[in-house]
Amino acid sequence: MNFDLNEHLARLINDAGGKAEEVAGRPPCLRVSSTDWDLSVRVAVKADLRFLAVWASQEKTGFSIHAAFSQKEKGYALMTMQLDAGQDEFPSMVPYYVSSARMERVIHDMFGLIPVGHPDLRNWIKHEHWPDKTYPLRKDFPVATVMPRQEGFYPFIEMDGEGTHEIPVGPVHAGIIEPGHFRFIAVGERILNLEERLGYVHKGIEKSMEERDVFSASRLAARISGDATVAHSWAFCLAAEQAAGIGVPPRATILRAVLCERERIANHIGDIGAICNDVAWSFMHVQCQILRENLARLHGSLFGHRLMMDCVTPGGVTCNLDAEGIKSLLEQTQEVAREMNKLFQIYEDQTSIRERVIGSGTVDFENARDMGLLGYVGRSTECDIDARRDAAYAPYDKIPPAVKTCRGGDVSARLWIRFEEIQESANLIDKLLTEIPQGPIQEAWQIPKEGDGGFSAVESWRGEIATWIRFGANGKIDRSYVRDPSMINWMGLELAVRETVVPDFPLSNKSFNCSYSGHDL
Amino acid sequence: MRRILQKIIHKGLVTEPLKTEENQIKVLGERLNEVMRRRFQGSLAIRQVDAGSCNGCELEIHAMNNAYYDLERFGVHFVASPRHADLLLVTGPVARNMETALKMTYDAVPNPKRVVAVGDCAVCGGEFGISYASLGQVSNVIPVNVTVAGCPPSPTDIIRGILKAVQ
Ligand code: SF4
Repeated sequence: MNFDLNEHLARLINDAGGKAEEVAGRPPCLRVSSTDWDLSVRVAVKADLRFLAVWASQEKTGFSIHAAFSQKEKGYALMTMQLDAGQDEFPSMVPYYVSSARMERVIHDMFGLIPVGHPDLRNWIKHEHWPDKTYPLRKDFPVATVMPRQEGFYPFIEMDGEGTHEIPVGPVHAGIIEPGHFRFIAVGERILNLEERLGYVHKGIEKSMEERDVFSASRLAARISGDATVAHSWAFCLAAEQAAGIGVPPRATILRAVLCERERIANHIGDIGAICNDVAWSFMHVQCQILRENLARLHGSLFGHRLMMDCVTPGGVTCNLDAEGIKSLLEQTQEVAREMNKLFQIYEDQTSIRERVIGSGTVDFENARDMGLLGYVGRSTECDIDARRDAAYAPYDKIPPAVKTCRGGDVSARLWIRFEEIQESANLIDKLLTEIPQGPIQEAWQIPKEGDGGFSAVESWRGEIATWIRFGANGKIDRSYVRDPSMINWMGLELAVRETVVPDFPLSNKSFNCSYSGHDL
Repeated sequence: MRRILQKIIHKGLVTEPLKTEENQIKVLGERLNEVMRRRFQGSLAIRQVDAGSCNGCELEIHAMNNAYYDLERFGVHFVASPRHADLLLVTGPVARNMETALKMTYDAVPNPKRVVAVGDCAVCGGEFGISYASLGQVSNVIPVNVTVAGCPPSPTDIIRGILKAVQ
C-alpha cells in the first residue's frame, strides 16, 4: 500500500493553521483533534483529494471517526480523530464531499453519533421497524440481540407538482437480482427524481466480523459480495497482513492477481451480455453466457470453486497451479479475449442497439468527480481512478495495468470501457503467468498486537474496495470496516437516470450494476 | 447480420445433451421433462427471491439459464410476479430487513406452492448465521420443502433441487 499522501496532507493541514500529527503505526495515519476535523476536510477538498470513506470505531473511552482520501499516484491518506468521552457529535463532511452523506447516515444508525451539519439524517441501514436507540456497532450491543419489531415509516421525498406521480419498485424485483427499493417521481414516463432505499440485505457483516479470528473473518469477507469474492478476500487479507506485518510469497501474490483478473473478465462478460439482453439483443447475451460458463468451469476444475471463493486466505492462496493448469488458463484467457474482440466488432455494427445505449444514463465528468464515482462508472467519464495503479499493491507495483478512461459517461461508454478492460486483464494474466516464480504459496500467520490494524484498497471489477481492520486481544478482530465501490456508485445511478424515461431504468441500472449486498453489509 | 449468423453457426449447439458431470443432467433432464409434462402441463413457473444473499447463489441460478443447461427447454421458466409462480426459489439467510417482503411474496404465491431453499445460507444460515440483523435459515420464516446445500450450489444441484420439489 502506498501511504505517501499522509505526509502531503499533514503538511497542508499544518500550513492551514491546523495540527495534524503523523502516526507511524499500523496502519500509518494522521491524527487531528476534533476541533481541527472540519478544517482538515476543507484542506483536503481544496487540494483536490478524492474522498474514499468515513467510518467510526469505538475506543476504550469514547469513539473515533476515520476518513480516507486518495490522489492518484500520491497514494492514500488516513485521517483519524478521537472524540472525548461522552461526546457524540462530530462535524459532517457532507458540505465538502457529497458521497460521505450515506456513510455518515450509517455511522448515525450504527453508533448513534451525530454528524452535525448533515442535511438528511433519516435512517439508512436501520429500517423503520428497528427499535429506537439500538446501535449495533457499539460494544455493549451483543451481536445476537433479538430486536423486537416496532411500527414506523420511512419518509420518502415527495413532490406534489401537477401531473407528477410516484412509482414504487421493489424491494423484490422482477428479475433474478438482489433486493432494494426504488421510488421514482415521474411526469408521464420522464423521471424527475429517483430515490433509492437500500439496506434490505443488511446481514450485520461488520458486527459479525468482531471477535472472529482472522481465518473465520476472511471467510465472511469472501461473502460480502459473492460476485467480487476474490477482490473482497484480497482486500481483507491485505489489511490483515499489514496488521500482522507478514509478507506474502511472490508466487501467491501473482496467483491472487490472476484470480482477480479472471473474476474481472467473467463479470464484465456476464454484464455486457446482460446489458445487451436489456435492449432485447439476446444473441449477445447467449454468447456471453457461454463464455462466462466456460470460465466458471475452468475455475471449478483448477481451483475447486466456480467463483473462486475462499481461494485467497490470510498469508497467501489455497490453490496452486501446475504447468498444465497455467497452460490451460492462459489458453482459455486468450481464447475468450479473442472471442470478445469479435463480439465487440459485431456490437459496433448494430446501429439499433447502439442507438439505445448512446446517450442513456449519462453522468458528466464534474458530477462524477465530485462524487468520486469508481470503477468503470468513473472511468467511462474521465475519472482516472484505479487502485491497482494508485495503491500499487503487489504484484501491480511491478506489473501495472494500462488504465483507460473515456468520455461520455453513458451506457455506451460504460460498455466500451468494459470491453477494453477485458482485453487489458487478458494482457495482465499473460504477463503475470509468464513471470510467475516458483516457491511457496502460503506464509505462516502471526497474531497481530492488540490495537494494530491495516488499511487496503483493492480494485475489484466494480471498482475500488477500501478495507480497514483493527485487531483486539488474542488475534480477534476488534473492528472491521469495508467500503464496497457500490456505496458511492449507487449515488451516481440516482443522478444518471434523471430526465431519462422509466422504461430505460433497467438498462441504466444494469450498466452500473452496483452491489446491494456489498452496500448493505 | 452475416457476422452474427457466422458466429451462431460457428459456435454451434453447446446445450449439453446433458451428459457431463456423469450423466447427471441427462438423467435429471429427462426426469424433469417427464414430471413437467405430467404434472405441470409442460410449464413450471419459478419466482426467485433473494432474502439476503451475497449474490453468489444468484450467479449460479442465472447459469441454469445459459445455453449449456438451458433450463427453459424443460418448460421451467422464471416469472416476474409471485402471483404467477408455482415455486419459490429462495436464497440467502433471511435478513431482518427482508422478513416482511419474503413473507408477503410467499403469501402471494397461489396454492399449492413449493419452496426451495438454495445455498448454505438459506439451508442453515451459512456464514452469516443468526444475529441481530439475520434470521438465519429460510425455514425460520416460511415453510421450506426442499433444501439445496452448497456455497453456492452448482447449477446442476439447483436443477436437482427443483426436480425434487415438484416430484
Ligand atoms: S450460500 Fe454462499 S454463495 Fe449463496 S448466498 Fe450464502 S454465502 Fe453467498
